[in-house]
Amino acid sequence: MKDAIHDAMIITKRQILQLARVPELLVFSTIQPVMFVLLFRYVFGGSIDTGQPGGYVQLLMPGIFVQTVAFTLASTAVGLAEDMKKGLIDRFRSLPISRGAVIIGRTFGDALLNILVLAVMAAAGFAVGWRPTSGILQTTLAFLFLFMFGYALSWIGILVGLSVKEARTVQSVGFLVTFPLTFLSNAFAPTTGMPRALQYFAEWNPVSTMVAACRQLFGLENEFGATANSWPSQNPLETSLLYMVILMAIFIPLSIRKYNNYSN
Amino acid sequence: MKSVIAEHLVKTYRNGEVKALNDLSLDVEEGTVLGVLGPNGAGKTTTVRILATLLKPDSGSATVAGIDVIKHPDKVREQIGLSGQYAAVDETLTGWDNLVMFGRLYHLGRQSSIDRANDLLERFDLTEAARRPIKTYSGGMRRRLDLAASLIVKPKILFLDEPTTGLDPRGRQDMWQVIQELVKGGVTLLLTTQYLEEADQLADEIAVIDRGTVIARGTSDTLKKQVGGERLEITVEPADLDKTNQIVAKISGHATHVDLRTVSAPVLHGSKDLMEALRAMDDAKIHPLDIGLKRPSLDDVFLSLTGHVAEETVQEPVAKGKRGSKR
Repeated sequence: MKDAIHDAMIITKRQILQLARVPELLVFSTIQPVMFVLLFRYVFGGSIDTGQPGGYVQLLMPGIFVQTVAFTLASTAVGLAEDMKKGLIDRFRSLPISRGAVIIGRTFGDALLNILVLAVMAAAGFAVGWRPTSGILQTTLAFLFLFMFGYALSWIGILVGLSVKEARTVQSVGFLVTFPLTFLSNAFAPTTGMPRALQYFAEWNPVSTMVAACRQLFGLENEFGATANSWPSQNPLETSLLYMVILMAIFIPLSIRKYNNYSN
Repeated sequence: MKSVIAEHLVKTYRNGEVKALNDLSLDVEEGTVLGVLGPNGAGKTTTVRILATLLKPDSGSATVAGIDVIKHPDKVREQIGLSGQYAAVDETLTGWDNLVMFGRLYHLGRQSSIDRANDLLERFDLTEAARRPIKTYSGGMRRRLDLAASLIVKPKILFLDEPTTGLDPRGRQDMWQVIQELVKGGVTLLLTTQYLEEADQLADEIAVIDRGTVIARGTSDTLKKQVGGERLEITVEPADLDKTNQIVAKISGHATHVDLRTVSAPVLHGSKDLMEALRAMDDAKIHPLDIGLKRPSLDDVFLSLTGHVAEETVQEPVAKGKRGSKR
């Protein structure tokens, strides 16, 4: 176990080194979320009347935070698929290192990157008027939720990355999955305007429960979320936590098994 | 003692549609070099991947350093080094970064990893490029770094999968030299190649494989003999061609082959026949432009063993996990 953590840390360190050697990577991972913050804030912010003190940006920020960490799924998958294609994973697998260390290390690396991205986004949000009102403890808890959500999703990314042959395919698949998921939610607009069937979907969508949970933790009323008195919209924190536990319980063992068998 | 033994390996891809290995058996004596020679798609990479614990065979067994590769892959991994077209390094990192990382993954301490990285970089003439990303390396430098990465813990058994594919002649020469030095150090080496010349240069013994099975094995010399003996070959001015032809025909007793300026025919007694030819030429006052015994090339070996020239036979399938394009 000690060895496994040691090995995983070396792999994580490799990703940090990559950022140091190719700083552009860091710029590109942060520029898109910041762009989204600015675009949504100024394009939609003016025309959506939220009735909330502080305006649309208060509701928007949790949505964009969740959307951004949700994209971890795709970035983990793409990174892993590229390593596989280039033969790096074969090299790792020929070394006497602990089972699973390589993929655990990657999820750690992507999680570290998420911390950085979240920090940059929070700063950008702050600059355009976002102000959490719940105090330091609850705000920190919100970021912890976001961090964990990204981490849980990166395990789906691991399984996708190990299963798909081309990094480019992974990119498209990741996009196809995460994009509808983030938009069929309460992240950017109220679900009340959606057709009834989609409303049900949106209520149970983990992105919605996460967004609702974050809004709650940042000190907002939950009126912008699903309007029905459904259990997930009433208990977003518990539902989100449950989703994360379920995701990890399924995808961590599946991914490790797949990694150990992937060439058979 | 045999360092590597593979017995009756079978591996199929796409649910049995493509047979990559079809009852392949081979072994490598400790401290020697086995060249696995074959065209693309013959099953070379699949063999190496199985021996290096990256792939499980459908049936058959293999041991490396006496350890079963299927039952105890972890223990095998402690004994081997692998380098080849599909086992790569991180291109965004520098050569130094990569070697230190691999050292740490082999559980060398931090300082030992750094020392070892510096040693290997110097040994493979990469010290100057050590702090540059691998992306900027030439093909030959990249292969040398890749090889260095497989030597971090001084493995006793080394697998090199097509170590010079895609290199220019200069890079190939450099790589051969590096490999020859390694072999002098006592490492057991299994090397795959599609270059007949490379197997001839580097290997103590050659296993020729075609369509997933070994079709011949032996030293370069025995393989050449298997194809046919030596040929006496004399090149002369065209005016002397007829007389030379008579001389060669008499010594050989077989049909001669006559080109524009060259006469050749199979001979049985090698140098004795060559001496006789020289004397006869001298008596006839003909000055040969070139005279000698020619042994068949490994190209001839392949042709006569397989009935076809060494070319791509079946396309080796892109199996799950076996990815990447040829560099």
